[in-house]
Amino acid sequence: MITAAFANQIINLFAAVMLLLAFAMLAQRRVLSLIDLFAMQGLVLTLSTGFVAYTTGQTHLWFSAGITFALKVVLLPWILYRLIRQLDVKWDVEGLINIPTTMLIGIVLVILSFNVALPISQIAGTITKGTLGIALASVLLAFLMMITRSKAVPQVIGFLAMENGLFFAATAATYGMPMVVELGIALDVLVGVVILGVFFFQIRERFDSLDIRHLEKLKEE
Amino acid sequence: MSLVPLPSVLLLACAWLALGVIGLARARSLTLVAKVLFPAGAAIGLAVAAVALMAIASPPTETVLPLGLPDLPFHFRLDSLSAFFLAILGLVSAGVSTFAAGYLRKGEGTPPGLQCLYYHVFLASMALVLVADDAYAFMVMWETMALSSFFLVTSDHRIAEIRRAGYLYLLIAHIGALSILLCFGVLQGGTGDYTFANMRAQSLPPFWATIGFLLALLGFGAKAGILPLHVWLPEAHPAAPSPVSALMSAVMLKTAVYGLLRVTFDLLHAQVWWWGVLALAIGLATALFGVVFSAVQSDMKRLLAYSSIENIGFIVVGFGLTVTFQAYEMRSLAALALTATLYHCLNHAYFKSLLFLATGSVLHATKERALGKLGGLIHKMPWVAWLALVGALAIAGLPPLNGFVSEWLLLQAFLFTPGLPDGYLNMFIPVAAAAVALAAALSGYVMVKFYGVIFLGQPREERLTEAHDAGPWERVGLVWLAAGCVTLGVVPVQVISLIDHVTGPLVGRTLAETATGSWLLLAPIETDRASYSPLVVLLGIVVATFAVWFAVRRVYHGRVRRAPAWDCGFPLQTPRMQDTAEGFGMPVRHVFEPFFRMTRELPSPFDRAPRYRVIVEDHLWHWCYLPVARWVERLTAIVAVLQRGRISVYLTYSFVTLLLLLLFVR
Repeated sequence: MITAAFANQIINLFAAVMLLLAFAMLAQRRVLSLIDLFAMQGLVLTLSTGFVAYTTGQTHLWFSAGITFALKVVLLPWILYRLIRQLDVKWDVEGLINIPTTMLIGIVLVILSFNVALPISQIAGTITKGTLGIALASVLLAFLMMITRSKAVPQVIGFLAMENGLFFAATAATYGMPMVVELGIALDVLVGVVILGVFFFQIRERFDSLDIRHLEKLKEE
Repeated sequence: MSLVPLPSVLLLACAWLALGVIGLARARSLTLVAKVLFPAGAAIGLAVAAVALMAIASPPTETVLPLGLPDLPFHFRLDSLSAFFLAILGLVSAGVSTFAAGYLRKGEGTPPGLQCLYYHVFLASMALVLVADDAYAFMVMWETMALSSFFLVTSDHRIAEIRRAGYLYLLIAHIGALSILLCFGVLQGGTGDYTFANMRAQSLPPFWATIGFLLALLGFGAKAGILPLHVWLPEAHPAAPSPVSALMSAVMLKTAVYGLLRVTFDLLHAQVWWWGVLALAIGLATALFGVVFSAVQSDMKRLLAYSSIENIGFIVVGFGLTVTFQAYEMRSLAALALTATLYHCLNHAYFKSLLFLATGSVLHATKERALGKLGGLIHKMPWVAWLALVGALAIAGLPPLNGFVSEWLLLQAFLFTPGLPDGYLNMFIPVAAAAVALAAALSGYVMVKFYGVIFLGQPREERLTEAHDAGPWERVGLVWLAAGCVTLGVVPVQVISLIDHVTGPLVGRTLAETATGSWLLLAPIETDRASYSPLVVLLGIVVATFAVWFAVRRVYHGRVRRAPAWDCGFPLQTPRMQDTAEGFGMPVRHVFEPFFRMTRELPSPFDRAPRYRVIVEDHLWHWCYLPVARWVERLTAIVAVLQRGRISVYLTYSFVTLLLLLLFVR
């Protein structure tokens, strides 16, 4: 049996890796690497959920870990890989704001989210309570990534990464959401990706590019 | 009587809906829709009218249907007021549906089956509005009516102008519906029970009763087209296919009158005298405005639409008089004014639908709506022309047709007013009577223009010689309505004895109690003061006509010769030199110049292709509507600044909101 202090250390390690991966995604310019990073984040999430399940004995968290693995490590990266191969969009991502600035904003966000999460983690009685700030930070960083990217595929990855952060926050604060909610969210994410995939084709057909700045033309003058 | 009126009405409305659904299922089959479904709709209309006429004299019946939301069923009630308006709906729609059976053509915008659906949903919703007995059912049916008529108006939705007209109509209909909803909210008096029975039981303080009345006047006025909410009417009526214009003008406007009467006399108990004066003033303004504008129109359907505004003005005038008399407890005069109002509703439904249908036949025969390109159609379309003449004479208020009876009753109501206890009112009301008389006279002028320019004279265009008369279905519809105009004009005493069943419960007195006339003689108050016997007038007209005909045939026989008319020494005359619609309306345009906002383009003497153009617009449009529209536009421009069309900007909005919320809850 592992001690609580040791478990806490391990969970903090996973959280740190999550945050690191979020920053890596923010900085990554290549779409394929971005997907790899996303898959790695999913793997870390699976491991941490599994670890929490092991230490606390919450059986439903095993299911969560299983779903996370199937969905975020296997299925979604595979769909995205296939999409990219079909759409032929392996090129580098050009950010709206340059990378160093983005990273600086990211650091500010991390500080902010730690500050915000502090009172909540004091109330929470879970062993993972210290990681709430990190979870919130990875949500905000993924959001920032959605804002700063101008191509459609990285935006979708940002959207999925946000969901990762949310899931991590849920395990951190309350040992996971009720099973029904988790299943619902998993399904939502899957459907969302399918719909967005359809949209990719539509956008490209219309504008011959996946650059969402073309959508500005749709605005009524 | 084994037939129970209210369930039969509900069943008949369902039958109308069923016809619509069948039409939807066979949307492209013109023969089925036109030759089976519409005549069936007409038969249902007749059945509705029969049931309503039976119900008018029987006590109110109620029922609750387990439809609608949970714990909020639909209440229905059929009393004499509902029955009277149902009778209008049934009688007129029978004629209009028959006409529509011959009027529908292939390839005109919406497929026939869809039109059949909208049309019958429209009819059914009007019938159910009239029998609704709670605010919920009423509003649901009211909105169904507005929406189905919107789709009917935009049948030719490929034309931008028609879409614009439809939009304006829908906008004002919704403003009105909002106002009606608020009115019901006031009337239920904070009890949370929206049945009419509960509203009847409430006794509101005068302030809230006034608010309720004003909201009702605004809301139902928007649907009826009173000033200044009339702008949709001259746009929407010409845009719709003719049977629809006929139905909207004849019946839909009357549902608004029904609502006004229902709220004012049934749901509210005590009337305040100045409500009536307000309605009277608005009605007068509406009537004058309508008739003056219809005199200067050069599109035949727009002319009729403005004429509808005028007639609604008359009806509102009668309503205002009724309220004033009722507030002063002068019940027999209130009964007189209300009888005139109801009679005019019935008459207007008949003659206006007749004229709208006649314009529909002309439109199909000539593909032309502009008065300036018509003319001389009486030779090519004798059926339509002679039947339209009946309608035109009726609307002009000439005896022995129906228009005369109601206008005469209305003026009688005015003439008996000097008994009012308020000195100012006593001075004001004769002026109002004069204005009503002026509007009635001008409507005669308008009808001379309408009829003369379309049917008389010579064809102004070459292709008018190829015009054809209306088909058998259309003729039946027109004859039905024209016969109604004549009947209502000839037997007013019998019609009034029916209307008495309505006025009795509403104002507590009937005309029969005060009238001294016999079955032949209509004398609303006393035989000495005023009486009218249409049969005698009719007899006189017939005798005089025969005498003249006889004299001409006998005395002048053989001395008739045909020769070209004297051309004033100017031999190069073309049919285009006849008096035009613009020319005929010019004196009115001149006299009432301050009413209009005119832009005229006069050709210079050296113009190679001279063009004369005059655009007559409405001041109210510029004074009331455009400022509001500009204001809305400015507001939307501010909102549009937020909308950059860029996903990252939208994401930033939610991001910033999220951050702020996080900082806020901390």
